[in-house]
Amino acid sequence: MALNSDQLNPPSLKAEGIQIDPIEDAKMVINMGPHHPSTHGVLRIVLELDGEVILKATPHMGFVHTGIEKEGEYQTYLKAVTLTDRMDYVSASLNNMAYTLAVEKLFGVEPPPRGQYLRVIMCELQRIASHMVWLGTHALDIGAMTMFFFTFRDREKILDLTEMMSGVRMMPSWIVPGGLRGDAPENYVERVKRVIDELPRRFDEYEILIDQNPIWRERTQGIGVITPEECYSLGVSGPTLRGSGVPHDLRKAVPYSSYDHFKFEIPVGEYGDVYDRYRVRMAEMRQSREIIKQALENLPDGPINVDDRKIVPPPRKELDHSMEAVIHHFKIWTEGMHPPVGEAYVPIEGPKGELGFYLVSNGSSYPWRMHERPPSFMNLQALSKMCEGRLIADVVAIIGSIDIILGEIDR
Amino acid sequence: MTESTPSDTNNIEPKECIEARKIREAYPDAILEVKEFRGDTRITIKKEYVPEVIRMMRDDPDLDFNFFSECLGVDYLDPQRGGYILGKKHRFEVVYNLYSLPDKRTGRGRNRRIFIKAAIPEEDCSVASVTDIYPGANFPEREIYDMFGITFTGHPDLRRILMSDDWIGHPQRKDYPLGGERVQFTDGKFGPSVGEGVVQHPGESFFGKTASVIEKS
Repeated sequence: MALNSDQLNPPSLKAEGIQIDPIEDAKMVINMGPHHPSTHGVLRIVLELDGEVILKATPHMGFVHTGIEKEGEYQTYLKAVTLTDRMDYVSASLNNMAYTLAVEKLFGVEPPPRGQYLRVIMCELQRIASHMVWLGTHALDIGAMTMFFFTFRDREKILDLTEMMSGVRMMPSWIVPGGLRGDAPENYVERVKRVIDELPRRFDEYEILIDQNPIWRERTQGIGVITPEECYSLGVSGPTLRGSGVPHDLRKAVPYSSYDHFKFEIPVGEYGDVYDRYRVRMAEMRQSREIIKQALENLPDGPINVDDRKIVPPPRKELDHSMEAVIHHFKIWTEGMHPPVGEAYVPIEGPKGELGFYLVSNGSSYPWRMHERPPSFMNLQALSKMCEGRLIADVVAIIGSIDIILGEIDR
Repeated sequence: MTESTPSDTNNIEPKECIEARKIREAYPDAILEVKEFRGDTRITIKKEYVPEVIRMMRDDPDLDFNFFSECLGVDYLDPQRGGYILGKKHRFEVVYNLYSLPDKRTGRGRNRRIFIKAAIPEEDCSVASVTDIYPGANFPEREIYDMFGITFTGHPDLRRILMSDDWIGHPQRKDYPLGGERVQFTDGKFGPSVGEGVVQHPGESFFGKTASVIEKS
């Protein structure tokens, strides 16, 4: 609080002829970012402060806006898949999945079971990898440096699996409308099994490191509290919503890609603070591992793509003896696929929350409008509410706990 | 006006979904179109009724759309041939994506999603903001304003959100030219929609130097 004129100027000072003017407004405005290391990219937050207490936090974004939604309108449906990778770049497979499901909804098709199971395996591996990035950077922000090295070491093994499948570590674009670009390579199942068998030990390691750590608890418990009702009206979803105690998971509520075949639990928090969101994500990693384990055990045989030559190009060996296959091949790679006129939106449970693509088709091979519902973007709206009345140091913990990716916010 | 879809077996009422019936009861002339596509319902309404209808969606206990998923804009202008595609009579639509989130703690929520579309003509590019009903509409509405130039009356903080503050034009409009960015951030003197800044872009996506704010230069 600002001192008034009398407090600032005691009689002793007045006698010496010194006059100190009071500050008109006690409020101070400071910029956090855009190059602050804890902003996970380039996010600028304008903080209005009273002393060190935050009155209001206004996020400013758009620094890495690349016009992906606009660009998507000028790419064919198949080519636009590669753009979706670049939105949330730490969980690219899930973006592919959301986009692909929307295109498939326009067509009204669904890939065969093996394709769906392989998609689930890829997505859940990616979810674990995404949560590992979150955990590493979140802990790093709060001051637990070792965590970063631990999680990035283990994430590398998951990226190796993605590379084994698609040839690319981070931007696989392997899930495409109609199924996948190709089947799993030899030994893929064994390799995945080896990695996920090791994971519980790793998770235990993380928890031993920080779970009972008094500094970690001091920095996270009771900080950044948000109630379920606030989450609803702000459109906050995913682990942030579950951290507030709402057992809602789109994999259970609206099952897609045969998620209803797997048994898993929805971890929830109690108080909706930073610590609860941390606990929820830790538990989610274990649940994702359970899903992968079940998917590997019951991985069906058979085709991975839909049997529709208007959506999926014919296999190479057919081109040698079938003129029709050559025509289909030519058509799909030059013109693209033509979904019927209509609009589709399929929400999936992304690592950050409800992730979905809104596609408007006018019957041509280009989407008329491609819009992503970015979970980080919506979740960021809760930032001001969480920060109110807290200290500057807590902002770092709160941003980390919302798990934002600026590539997705700015698109 | 009423559409009868025999395949629609999810609802008890064979003719129309409960949301459309409720809107019709309260505001008889609000609905322009009700469409079912692959299990999703999209209700197009006149833009004057947006706040009332959205409020009803949230407050009516039978509807109970407690979760604001998002809202987005769509431009239906055909930049090459002129006119609007798909036989639309309005240029823009703002789509409100609402979700009735099933909350196991309270037993509320119907696990249903609805898309309310507001028809917005080019001449009168504005619609009432729903930020007082769902605070979560704040960022998405700013994004629509930024990208499509649709103003939201009553929005507490309607500024550009993704583009820089001195940007000219609204990039997601269909008549906004692609390519040709020479200099950015120069107090609105250059930019893709300012005549002299436009460079021809090889490709089907370039429709010439057109933009609604070209006079500004």
